[in-house]
Amino acid sequence: MLEKALVGSKRYWLWMGALLVVIGIAFIMYLRQFSEGLGITGMSRDVSWGLYIGQFTFLVGVAASAVMLVIPYYLHDFKKFGKIVIMGEFLAVSAVIMCILFIFVDMGQPMRITNVILYPTLNSVMFWDSVVLMGYLALNIVIGWTTLAADSKGVHPPQWVKPLIYLSVPWAVSIHTVTAFLYAGIPGRHFWLTAVMAARFLASAFAGGPALLIILALLVRKLTKFDPGYEPIQALGKIVTYAMFANVFLLGLEFFTAFYSNIPGHMHPFKYLYTGIEGHDKLVPLMWTSSILAVVALFLLVFPGFRKNENLLAVACASLFISLWIDKGFGLVIGGFVPNMFEGITEYWPTAPEAMITLGVWAIGFLVLTVLYKVAVSIREEGGFHE
Amino acid sequence: MSINRRQFLKLAGVSTVLGIGGPAVLNGMGGKILEATQTHPDPKSLAAKRWGFVVDVSKLNTPEDYQKCIDACHDIHNVPDIGNTKDEVKWIWKDNYERTFPTSTEDEYMNKEMKERNFLLFCNHCAQPACVRVCPTKATFKRKDGVVMQDMHRCIGCRFCMAACPFGARSFNYRDPRPFIKKENKQFPTRMIGVVEKCTMCYERLAVGQMPACAEASNGAIVFGDLEDPNSEVRKIIESKYTIRRKPELGTQPSIYYVIGGKE
Repeated sequence: MLEKALVGSKRYWLWMGALLVVIGIAFIMYLRQFSEGLGITGMSRDVSWGLYIGQFTFLVGVAASAVMLVIPYYLHDFKKFGKIVIMGEFLAVSAVIMCILFIFVDMGQPMRITNVILYPTLNSVMFWDSVVLMGYLALNIVIGWTTLAADSKGVHPPQWVKPLIYLSVPWAVSIHTVTAFLYAGIPGRHFWLTAVMAARFLASAFAGGPALLIILALLVRKLTKFDPGYEPIQALGKIVTYAMFANVFLLGLEFFTAFYSNIPGHMHPFKYLYTGIEGHDKLVPLMWTSSILAVVALFLLVFPGFRKNENLLAVACASLFISLWIDKGFGLVIGGFVPNMFEGITEYWPTAPEAMITLGVWAIGFLVLTVLYKVAVSIREEGGFHE
Repeated sequence: MSINRRQFLKLAGVSTVLGIGGPAVLNGMGGKILEATQTHPDPKSLAAKRWGFVVDVSKLNTPEDYQKCIDACHDIHNVPDIGNTKDEVKWIWKDNYERTFPTSTEDEYMNKEMKERNFLLFCNHCAQPACVRVCPTKATFKRKDGVVMQDMHRCIGCRFCMAACPFGARSFNYRDPRPFIKKENKQFPTRMIGVVEKCTMCYERLAVGQMPACAEASNGAIVFGDLEDPNSEVRKIIESKYTIRRKPELGTQPSIYYVIGGKE
């Protein structure tokens, strides 16, 4: 099936070439980071995680969101998702690959990464996170590839894949829960020490991931002969709407607890993010951009009249995706480190090499996604699908 | 005794399974975990059930008093002087009351002298260390005598421990530290880029019967001893004077006690 990714239009190869150029430049930057150390990033003694870990966290959510297609299709027999469930699974594959790469580029000693497996440490959430991520990657590759291969031959998928599909449902929830536990179990970081962290992660994942899927589905319709269909996209739009309201609600809970309790340590990170503290306000414009985009997205999503217009739906999904990308891919991590453990403020901003490496990892993700989607779309174009 | 090729291979196979595979299987099944031990410990080496410190800042009066303790540590442990706060590496440093005890500084009427007093900060060697709990490779671990150790050869540089430590005790080598070491102590290893490091309670000095370097250089301001021993000097001070620890509400049980008496 992979051979289908080796033939394509001029536009296809141009896109792949552009991605490879970005990856190439990022790789050179990474070599510099590898030899000079993480000092070339904006991270510091006080803000010891930054853009890389933020992207990792955000993308775990994107990966987990595949379950929003799997549950309706496989558990509720919602047939309309039949043709696009593969898009969710392949998006999960590329997202998990990006997650692993973001962890890798964040390591101080990446050549020692196998120590996590050589000295398995059951009390470390990071150990479990690597276990669940690897497992989820394997599950989605196997499930996606097997069901697609069956479609291309016009037969039912083999029976053994069913239990794996059912397993992938709680597994998707687990990857994002365990990722939330990386943060929510740390004493002394008020912004992260909250029981609703995992719930917030899942809500934002189930909003952001399907929003990206809607955009991808619209692109696929525009660029290929395969039409994912109007109704599946509308169904996804409803999922995005509910999940985003849940996400904003949970964020509201955080604000209430911090400010009604009036406990300084709990209020400080929010003040830093949304108003700045003593003139330290690098993140304030970003956080308000995120908030405004969230309001715009919810406004467009909540009225069926707007949502049913695919152009407006696309605008809503793009706003929502960017909003969550800022909130979770950046604010969430930095808010945990500012103020620092001494209630002092050290600000963080990514450097150019750091941003380039980040872009490079995204480019690798899009490269993988393009190849996988090319295969899937080619099979759908040939009419391959079996209910 | 002569054996043929076949017998030799059989024997070799069995002994491999027993010799290498065997213990590994036992370990995996939750059998007795082997611990690294010194075969011939120095008879002078210091031992305790739980090492701890009492820091009496009323005995540190001039900036030089603080600096002596800091230099004593940083010089023998090859701690680099990077020269900027972003990439800095430090094992022991001084800071004021507000930043040392940030959860108890909402008091606007507090005695000015106390508010501006400087404290010496270093790894608390907590009894319930958050850093050890989160480390994915056991590069940071707790010894039986209470020392929270850091294995710079196993550390993968994920910095989870830095996120977890509530005391900011840990530093990461954002850049190659070696060019920033003023005078290298050949008796102690230097570090490479990409690993986390911190105070290791002078484990190398304890092993040969010496006190931690900061305590030795402190002129009595830092007292070192066994917290589990009711007759130790540290326990006697804790009994007789009012002491506080940093962020005790987090339950990590720090092993550094600060004497907060006014003037004596």
